[in-house]
Amino acid sequence: MQIKYEAFARHAVSQAAKEKRVSASQLIETLAGAGSGLSDALAERAEILRLSQAAHDAVLLPRAPGGLSHGERAALAARIASANTDATLAGHYRALLRRAGESPALLAIADGAVPAAEVAGADGRLRAIVRHVDLVTLSPKDATRADIAALVDAGLAEPDIVRLAELIAFVNYQARVIAGLRLLGSLA
Amino acid sequence: MSTVVHDFTATVPRWSPFVTPVALAEATPEQLDAMQVTPSNKKISDYVLTLAHDPESLKVRSPLFNAIMYGKGGLSSAERELGATAASIVNRCVYCAAVHASRFIGLTRRDDVIAEIFARELDAELEEHQQAIFDFAARLSKTPSQATEEDIAKLADLGLSKVEILDLILSASIFGWANRLMHTLGEPVRD
Repeated sequence: MQIKYEAFARHAVSQAAKEKRVSASQLIETLAGAGSGLSDALAERAEILRLSQAAHDAVLLPRAPGGLSHGERAALAARIASANTDATLAGHYRALLRRAGESPALLAIADGAVPAAEVAGADGRLRAIVRHVDLVTLSPKDATRADIAALVDAGLAEPDIVRLAELIAFVNYQARVIAGLRLLGSLA
Repeated sequence: MSTVVHDFTATVPRWSPFVTPVALAEATPEQLDAMQVTPSNKKISDYVLTLAHDPESLKVRSPLFNAIMYGKGGLSSAERELGATAASIVNRCVYCAAVHASRFIGLTRRDDVIAEIFARELDAELEEHQQAIFDFAARLSKTPSQATEEDIAKLADLGLSKVEILDLILSASIFGWANRLMHTLGEPVRD
């Protein structure tokens, strides 16, 4: 999985990244456009970047995906990245979706502009998942017990509810680290 | 009979899950490993038992969280806790706010800072240094982020190094993760 991921990173990110071997821990840096002005600070936190990459692999490309396929995870991650107005990150997840295998419903989900209730080709389970993803991404403060009950009613098993929560939470973490690094890179 | 805690408090409540936690006696070897269950560590919280439904994520998330919040050097522990508290206010994770506000108080003895934050939330008026940290972390916690280059420049003007600012970005961001687990998968209660 790690080898495939590195191959993707070489292919999909910047020209500069293509010219040297991209270690997995460089994804956040590369997507943030982090230049030499940040390299010392990032070097001091290399272990955090390495663990962030491992977390990415655990939620997007798990060995045991349970009831959430790699394709569904990639489509939802692209949607979360879009809600965070990060087109570069969304593009990364759409590339993961292409590798996992697209469907019209998953492409509509990845396109954050389509509301949950209007995702063509999605069944009740998938629409409930998208609704939850949007709620917890945009306004987690409004989530309640009833929102978990709605996922159960839509047929999600409890382990899949936890897997979904980790996916939503991770991509929101990652989008903020990248947004923060872009701002930090703006410092003279 | 337990009651749900809706208001911010520095007295840490109990976290009660909405989904059934993994039963420790029925946990798989992978789940036990992710929960770091050892012969000397068998007291596992309901939160960790809940997250053990996804052991691949849990195994990575715990060391990542610890590295961000408790790693050596860089931003002070108290200021990381302030960043965590700001995110928890935005996302209204009453449990997370209680844990990390109480740690901030433990490190600084500044109950007054937390009282102001809990009373006025995002309108809290703090000393200049704490205000810049709190405001940046809160703005980064919105979706999408509302943090600006001016916010970062303010932190640099106040003397924070790039590593310290990076630590603040990371501590606010990891609560963009933690809040979305604790506030959505369960609730704070008093027994």
